[in-house]
Amino acid sequence: MSDSSTKGSSQNPSHIRLKGVEKIYPNGYKAIHGIDMEIEEGEFVVLVGPSGCGKSTLLRMVAGLEDITHGEVYIAGRKVNDLEPSQRDIAMVFQNYALYPHMTVYKNMAYGLKNLGTPKDEIDKRVNEVAKLLELEELLNRRPKQLSGGQRQRVAMGRAIVRKPTAFLFDEPLSNLDAKLRVQMRLVIKNLQARLGTTTLYVTHDQVEAMTMADRLIVLKDGIAEQIGTPMELYDRPETQFVAGFIGSPAMNFIEADLSDDGNTLQFGDTKLPLKEKLSNQTSKITFGFRPEHVTLSDSGAMSLQVNLVEHLGAESIIHAKLGDSPITLRLNGHIDAKNGDTLKVDIDADRYHFFDKNAGIRI
Amino acid sequence: MWPASQAVYQSLLVEDAFGMSSQFVWLDNFIELFEDDHYIKTFGRTLFFSAMVAMLSLSVSLVLAAMADRVIRGTGIYRTLLIWPYAVAPVVAGALWVFLFYPTTGIISTFLTSMGYEWNHQLKGNQAMALVVIAAAWKQISYNFLFFLAGMQAIPKSLIEAAAIDAASPAKRFWTIIFPLITPTTFFLLVVNIVYAFFETFGIIHVVTKGGPANATEILVFKVYNDGFVGLDLGGSAAQSVILMVLVIGMTIFQFKYIERKVEY
Repeated sequence: MSDSSTKGSSQNPSHIRLKGVEKIYPNGYKAIHGIDMEIEEGEFVVLVGPSGCGKSTLLRMVAGLEDITHGEVYIAGRKVNDLEPSQRDIAMVFQNYALYPHMTVYKNMAYGLKNLGTPKDEIDKRVNEVAKLLELEELLNRRPKQLSGGQRQRVAMGRAIVRKPTAFLFDEPLSNLDAKLRVQMRLVIKNLQARLGTTTLYVTHDQVEAMTMADRLIVLKDGIAEQIGTPMELYDRPETQFVAGFIGSPAMNFIEADLSDDGNTLQFGDTKLPLKEKLSNQTSKITFGFRPEHVTLSDSGAMSLQVNLVEHLGAESIIHAKLGDSPITLRLNGHIDAKNGDTLKVDIDADRYHFFDKNAGIRI
Repeated sequence: MWPASQAVYQSLLVEDAFGMSSQFVWLDNFIELFEDDHYIKTFGRTLFFSAMVAMLSLSVSLVLAAMADRVIRGTGIYRTLLIWPYAVAPVVAGALWVFLFYPTTGIISTFLTSMGYEWNHQLKGNQAMALVVIAAAWKQISYNFLFFLAGMQAIPKSLIEAAAIDAASPAKRFWTIIFPLITPTTFFLLVVNIVYAFFETFGIIHVVTKGGPANATEILVFKVYNDGFVGLDLGGSAAQSVILMVLVIGMTIFQFKYIERKVEY
């Protein structure tokens, strides 16, 4: 990467750029380990990971609410490390919405523009435009406490949109909503972002949210970016065992297996699994993974499982079973008639095998 | 209850100077009070005094609390130091301020004199008033500080961050977000401070000025004491304390009625 690419956004498509970003707290705790990432203009990027992985910290560093210990952050071609949040031309939606309780919806949305010295009629025009976009017109004179959760969420978004920032930052904006509303708002946010074409960085711990909304996502674990890619790349080809287990629901099954010396078969328990392609690894200890949905029932199946519990969801059945001591989950279409203690014979789609080094957890 | 009822009863009597006899005079004591210029003046002076004390102590503690709210390191020490004055007895506090401002030997008065400002609160009424206001306000700062700080820390941090992203400067954040959100606290403290200035500053005034010079710092509670125990007009003094009692009751009701309004985050 040449130095010239850091200047001006015209020749550089990346809109938000992180270069070796690290966060070390005064007590010595390292929350973020050297993240490199480029987000293109108009892209919707989701930061996802379990709680405590540093995703909110990273977002707050981009927003300017946390100091950047090492590395550089660029927004629209400008290095923003030493800029105040207000100078970074970003808008943020907080988990608890952070609406100003003593102001009406109108004033909440107008506050930022007013601070920027925008003329009154311009503020009025923009607030009304956004209110119309988000169907908030009726609520402009209400105060936050008179609104429902979904309405507050929309106001928080309105407050972000009205400023016409160069980037939106979302910090788990849907986690305070009930499940149904969350699915609705997911669509609203996604549509809105596509319509406005504003670069977006979105933090969530919910992998379904991440998968459905993201153009690309970053899986973060203990402050390390495990993998960056499109949802389907992460689903089809997880680079680490952690990503494999995190993306997809129900989670991927993992079985500890031994690789034969010639690299052609995998053995676990009584099962011998011939491989299509020769596999080579430094050690013979392998973690074999397959997704619950990449399995078919077959009387001649290579694996026989002991059924533990079946969940009938109508369109599909989730079967919790055991292979020796390893718990296995299957996701099969339709109604599967099986009960505790039954034996099921299954085949795994051979194109959908995943292998990881047992110790390093890295894809082979 | 018993002392209070005795005060009410006493306020309806006129007693001779030696306490040998007393006469039931209905409301004559009160009528006399309200016809007395001196009493009306004291009333006005008390209002001025308590307004000044409340304003001074509230504003200083608000600034200190706003600063403490932003402090990251050494909060413990900072807070402990600020809370200390509250543990000092009023008389001791008064004595401290007398030492500092003593016309001939006090550190501050000497400094003021060297700056060309002549300080003598024993002679100048408004200087005496300023001194008791400062001493009384100083004592109340800790209490106000604690409440202000608690109020500020109850405000979700994300609100302040949202305002920071919304391009509000720290001062603007304070006046447009923090200050409006601690209104209930401010209101509560205002009432508490007025009550304090009205009734609990006796010790300070007694030590610092004894109500002088020429009654310049004589507030209502001090006049109750002065008329009753120095002037031995027990009936008149009792009548004054009954009026004070009514004021306290009034303010307490007022506070209970309006203080319940809370801000929701």
